Amino acid sequence: MSSTPIQPPSIRTQEEIAARVKALEAIMIEKGIMTTEAVDRLTEIYEKEVGPQLGAAVVAKAWTDPEFKERLLSDGTGTCRELGIGGLQGEDMVVVENTETVHNVIVCTLCSCYPWPVLGLPPNWYKGPEYRARIVREPRKVLRDDFGLDLPDSVEVRVWDSSSEMRYWVLPRRPEGTDGMSERALAGIVTRDSMIGTGVVPAP
Amino acid sequence: MNGVHDLGGTDGLGPVPVEKDEPIWHADWERAAFGMFSMPFRAGFFGVDQFRYGIEQMHPAVYLLSPYYEHWMHAAEHYGVEKGVLDPADIEERTRYYLENPDAPLPQRSDPELLEFVNAVVSAGAPAGRESDKKAAFAVGDRVTVIDSSPYGHTRRARYIRGRTGEVVLAHGTFIYPDSAGNGHGDAPEHVYTVRFTNSELWGDEAAEPNGFVYFDVWEPYIVPAAGTEGSAA
Repeated sequence: MSSTPIQPPSIRTQEEIAARVKALEAIMIEKGIMTTEAVDRLTEIYEKEVGPQLGAAVVAKAWTDPEFKERLLSDGTGTCRELGIGGLQGEDMVVVENTETVHNVIVCTLCSCYPWPVLGLPPNWYKGPEYRARIVREPRKVLRDDFGLDLPDSVEVRVWDSSSEMRYWVLPRRPEGTDGMSERALAGIVTRDSMIGTGVVPAP
Repeated sequence: MNGVHDLGGTDGLGPVPVEKDEPIWHADWERAAFGMFSMPFRAGFFGVDQFRYGIEQMHPAVYLLSPYYEHWMHAAEHYGVEKGVLDPADIEERTRYYLENPDAPLPQRSDPELLEFVNAVVSAGAPAGRESDKKAAFAVGDRVTVIDSSPYGHTRRARYIRGRTGEVVLAHGTFIYPDSAGNGHGDAPEHVYTVRFTNSELWGDEAAEPNGFVYFDVWEPYIVPAAGTEGSAA
């Protein structure tokens, strides 16, 4: 592709990366592109405001309101907006439902696409090479060996590789023994991994 | 490009390193490296497809071994230099300075508009859907085959689906085409479809796990009607 020789790889230490990030920050601040207050605000949003608790609220509502659930499965983005949930990296969301016979799990084999508005920022393992390489090739093995989720062969496994800007995420099954629980209490038991599909919601 | 980032189906990487109660950031610099994507984006350094292509051009060994947010830093640096906004010598010099003086403060500047942009972009997003009068050549239910080619530059045509045949299960409308936008050539919208592949189509009967499918999103130029079929919506 190019005739420029490729630099031999150097794996930077944490200190080297930190210094380089700071250098880039300093230049971009001086150039008027960046501010530390904007970085602080952006990171605060994903530390305190946008995280899996939002997806959990959507799931709990879907478990208790059949019409909402129907809308959610046919229009993920629009229906999440009813609860004020949406935005960056969730502009086009598709919610896929786990049932007795179907188990869904999401991945992005090419980078790290993830539905931020409902799950927040992804954990490192989701963005790392091991999960991205293996979950499309041996999902049952990964779910069993790496996540402790042993699915019988009778359950169909659907892996959604988020290769476009569509953001898939999972509506997990409502566990047994939760009949009397309020929507709010149900939201409290929904886990992040159950919405990725690497887990199920445990019975309370 | 046939890059190392295209990981689907790669063997030998070992178990998934799940960290219990993982924090959002593993070091302070990760916050800044994360924050760094939105502002050069606003400054016009890159769109999301170019951002990805910037990361894909990391050295493959470094790509695999470096912490995730270093990838983001790499993209900001790559396009900042390409746009002539960042000077490589300046980056090296300041990096040395902060390495020797890790607690030295950053320059301070306030910009209410930038703060407003951050709040607005998080809640409104940056949609990739684009109007187009192109007619969809395929419809749900069509059998399609992914063209088995290896383009240079940015593409989302992962190697593990090239040459494979599946069924269109969702049709999403028209979106920015990464093979154009990611290579700096404009939005050039194309129809996006979700194609469902059986495990055995992807990995062969011997290796494939039972009773499973992989769903992969393709842009229309990636696919052709499967042998013996016609695009039904044509």
